[in-house]
Amino acid sequence: MSISKEQASYIAELTRLELKENEIEGFVADLDKIINYVDTINQLDTTDVETTEHILDLKNVTREDVVAPSLSIEEVLKNAPEQEMNCFKVPRVLE
Amino acid sequence: MKLETLTIHEIVDLLKNKEISYSEVVDSVLKQIEGQNEKYGAYLYTDPDGVREQAKALDDKGVTPQNPLYGIPYGLKDNFCTDHMPMTCASKMLENFRPPYNATAYESIKNAGGILLGKTNMDEFAMGSSTETSYFKVTKNPWDLTKVPGGSSGGSAAAVAANMAYYSLGTDTGGSIRQPSSFCATVGLKPTYGLVSRYGVTAFASSFDQVGPITKDITDCALVLNAIAGHDAKDTTSLNLDKKDYTQCLTKDIKGLKVGICDSFMGDNLQPEIRAAIDAAIEVYRDLGAEIVPVCAQFLDHALAAYYIISSAEASTNMSRYDGVRYGYRAEDYNDLEEMYNKTRSEGFGLEVKRRIILGSYVLSSGYYDAYYNKATRVRTMIREDFNRMFDSCDVLLTPTTANTAFGLGERTDDPLAMYLTDVYTVPANIVGAPALSMPCGFDKNGLPIGLQLMGPVLCEETILKAAFAFESATDFHTQQPKID
Repeated sequence: MSISKEQASYIAELTRLELKENEIEGFVADLDKIINYVDTINQLDTTDVETTEHILDLKNVTREDVVAPSLSIEEVLKNAPEQEMNCFKVPRVLE
Repeated sequence: MKLETLTIHEIVDLLKNKEISYSEVVDSVLKQIEGQNEKYGAYLYTDPDGVREQAKALDDKGVTPQNPLYGIPYGLKDNFCTDHMPMTCASKMLENFRPPYNATAYESIKNAGGILLGKTNMDEFAMGSSTETSYFKVTKNPWDLTKVPGGSSGGSAAAVAANMAYYSLGTDTGGSIRQPSSFCATVGLKPTYGLVSRYGVTAFASSFDQVGPITKDITDCALVLNAIAGHDAKDTTSLNLDKKDYTQCLTKDIKGLKVGICDSFMGDNLQPEIRAAIDAAIEVYRDLGAEIVPVCAQFLDHALAAYYIISSAEASTNMSRYDGVRYGYRAEDYNDLEEMYNKTRSEGFGLEVKRRIILGSYVLSSGYYDAYYNKATRVRTMIREDFNRMFDSCDVLLTPTTANTAFGLGERTDDPLAMYLTDVYTVPANIVGAPALSMPCGFDKNGLPIGLQLMGPVLCEETILKAAFAFESATDFHTQQPKID
């Protein structure tokens, strides 16, 4: 299995990353080496083996809906790159 | 007396007996930071004035230490949120981020009276094995300025090794506490997954990430674990168990303890001096009355591949939150929302983080999901079964922490796969969620530290600490100091 420059660029686009033209060749070559390495797990027969997504027996954790103190709007917004009227501000999405 | 070279438990005894003041304690490490941090680059941020004020207040009140961490200054890896310091994760993405809340592990130490010195350098978002992917600075190994300190908690290990902190906290996703501890001759513990709260700790690979201590000896390790282990309602993966006193198990009697040795951890690539150090450690255990048991694993050779698939998949998901909307870096010139996302993420993340996001999205993408992510989760099951079988016949596994001692700065930065292979002996503990500890067990011919790893079954921290304490009591590797002017 190996990854092409086109595939890598497509995945990059999906993840909202742009690769610079001068770094893409090396990037894809490294990625290809890594993918060839991790592909070795396909030598193993995993028929009838269950998956482990998590080592704990994950359960939904619920609690009573009780009002408790929370962060102030100022605190929540203090790291916002742009804000307006107590909201996070982003470029217009709908015309 | 060089106070800064002492351990937590030695300092607390001096404080209790009023032989030294809190101000003298903080000054001892602040003096080291002021003199050495520029050279070693362990810290990204320190707060000397705040630290001196806190110590002076304790001196003015004349209080005796209320518990073993009381008044002891420490360092925190820069992926823990604290509301009075920046948190950058060593990334341009969070260069100006000020957390509005505190990580639970930090709160626990604060409640125990600990004094936070500052935030330590790390690989960007903890993705790396040498601390070289930090956006801000290079951290150097206190044992040799031309070598890496390991990573990703390289700043935390270097700070302790160079006596710029009495202890520190790190995070370990695939070895990020143990590998730098091995390279810097500190004690580093990755506890069982879920034992320490991850609340307020920046997520990298959520099913592997765990918080743990980096200390100068095993007693200190147990003391810090006492403070940070415990249930936290704010972390849904936090285990709800009774609190323990991990110092209780620190007896030297390990007669009959079954120490497992597994060939999968002693590959052909193992540096000969490390093999010799491990062989010598096995003899120490034999002399202490432990039973040495050969055990074997079938699927461990595939652990690293499974780890990089699953951890990158989880990382790609976790990294999606950095979009320039609510906090963190936002690019300057953009015409629409999509361009804002693209430019923000492309300019804000470094190359290694981009590599993990793209690798992670690739192994999760339709067409490749079954061959990679899904397959790796099945291999994870097989590796868990491997460990269950091994721990049926032994109490702890004894392995080297790394196959090589600290490598040169820049030596592996151009070869990401070679960098990934650094973690080959540490990732299995994260895959199975089990506790594992690294402690010094020798030095190579160039004087670089060698680390011994002890792994145990899930929630068997006490067995590991007991075995580690017995080894430490029989050897003097932990007392060695790097040559620092």
